Amino acid sequence: MVAIVHTIGEMRGGIFRPMRFNFFAVGLGFIFQTAFLSVRGHALGRCPITNLFEVIVFVAWSIALFYMVIGPAYRLSLMGAFTAPLVVLLQLFALFAQIDRPHPVKLPANAWLEFHASMSLVAYGAFALACIAGVMYLVQERQLKTHELHSIFYHLPPLTDLFAAIMRLLWWGFALYTPGLISGFFVGEPLPWAQIICAIGVWILYGLILQGRYLRWFAPKRVAALCIVGFSAALTLLWGITFSTQTHTP
Amino acid sequence: MNLFCVGLSHHTADVETLERFGGNAETDCVLRNSGCNEALVLSTCNRVEVYAAADNFVPTEQIARCLSRTQNLHGNETFYRFEGPDCVKHLFRVASGLDSMVVGETEILGQAKKAYEAARIVGAAGKYLHRLFQRAFRVAKQVRTHTEITRGAVSVGSVAVDLAQRIFGDLRTCKVLVLGAGETSERTVRSLVSRGVNDLRVSNRSPERAEALALCVKGRAIPFEKWPEQCAEIDILITSTSSDVPLVSQGKLAPMLRHRIDRPLFIIDIAVPRDVAPDVNALDGVYLYDIDALQSIAEQSLAMRREQIAAAEKIIAQHVAEFAESTACGLSRGVGVAEHPSVGERSLRASES
Repeated sequence: MVAIVHTIGEMRGGIFRPMRFNFFAVGLGFIFQTAFLSVRGHALGRCPITNLFEVIVFVAWSIALFYMVIGPAYRLSLMGAFTAPLVVLLQLFALFAQIDRPHPVKLPANAWLEFHASMSLVAYGAFALACIAGVMYLVQERQLKTHELHSIFYHLPPLTDLFAAIMRLLWWGFALYTPGLISGFFVGEPLPWAQIICAIGVWILYGLILQGRYLRWFAPKRVAALCIVGFSAALTLLWGITFSTQTHTP
Repeated sequence: MNLFCVGLSHHTADVETLERFGGNAETDCVLRNSGCNEALVLSTCNRVEVYAAADNFVPTEQIARCLSRTQNLHGNETFYRFEGPDCVKHLFRVASGLDSMVVGETEILGQAKKAYEAARIVGAAGKYLHRLFQRAFRVAKQVRTHTEITRGAVSVGSVAVDLAQRIFGDLRTCKVLVLGAGETSERTVRSLVSRGVNDLRVSNRSPERAEALALCVKGRAIPFEKWPEQCAEIDILITSTSSDVPLVSQGKLAPMLRHRIDRPLFIIDIAVPRDVAPDVNALDGVYLYDIDALQSIAEQSLAMRREQIAAAEKIIAQHVAEFAESTACGLSRGVGVAEHPSVGERSLRASES
């Protein structure tokens, strides 16, 4: 929230330097998120992803985690200005939507299930950040095409750097999502077919983006747009899982 | 101790006058002959100024004579003079690039630092000028950091290079093809070379000129009939031929781009009439900028810089007040603020507005 207020304030003042400040603001938020998840995990005696509230907080945490790792490494600190609103929106929704209802049945800890869920959610963090980088790419590309360069143009990373970051995030997400998906078959509980098909569908979609890129079917702009489509699909799947499948919720 | 500044700048003098005074200006000479305790000459292509500290009042003519090294002045020189806080404010504005011809340019700060260093070495800058200039450097840095006064490129060549960096980041790995070995393309190429480009290919109808430019920029010449083949490899295309019809069209370029779908192509068309058909910009991954587009961005950047002047002035005003408070020399407005009221401070202010 602090990062957003700071960014808006600077943009209104005609100055846009959200780099270091946003990194520390998101970093501070990340520490609070970690503390919350840790306390909740100790109280539950398991990974805190037992209801929609915890799942959303976990996704927001993994987005912040990837930003902390990827942002400075690829000189994408501005990503904080794009990451912070998404994290805040997720957190606000989790806080005010009254979805923090304890699971009716205290399920015994299941290592496969927890591995499956946590890996998948961390992969979601990478996909979310790839989606954010995709938005940044499209914003930068649009300004270059139309020759209308706004203040933000001078703070966005070069197109080629952004695209490299998108590809790395996609590979990270895919590499994490794959074992997450496979481990889902070992949880020892029957899973609904719709859920399995959707999960495989998301895996195929990201696999196609990566394969399409490898075979040069898609131009960078198309890949950036597909990252947004892919994450929207993944988010819809996550929503569907947490709402429709009580038995699958750990 | 009186702190004052006497000078000429692009606001008040033509190039010839600036050359006449700037060419002869030497700090130790001014210090020796003017009666000042401390003196520093800041001489650039846009200004010749003397910053000095003196126990007694030193007339402007005295400083002018020291600068010209002659006893006779033409009489039409429009020297301005600032004293005390006005002198401090003026230096802070100069160092921050607010008084420059191109608002926000940063070269002046380096020149001011060099001038200060030169004065320090010969012993002309003492504790007053030391304090003043160190503060000016701090103010300039703060203005640069806290405003966007230096943001964006303001000349066609620098806009082109800036855009190339926005697309490719590191230019060292970029391959550049120059079509037409004219003066404008040479300037743009040199800007790119200064940012690290080292793979340059030059193609021109007259092979001798292509060879000559290639030799100058350490590139290689390509026969003119073979330039289309290069489009599959290059990242940046600079065109400035005198062709009456576009050399690059969408139909011609599209098949070549199929082999390079993963890499953007930046086309800088500085030819008049244009060498590249405007619809080429519609191709995926192609960014076409003609001379009008580049000039328009340069103007936008300049306008953006001008918008930042108020914020910069605020920072400067704070520092002037702090400096006046902290300094022990008592920066009071001198009696003779403007010795030449008709051409002095008033004319400067009028020219700035």
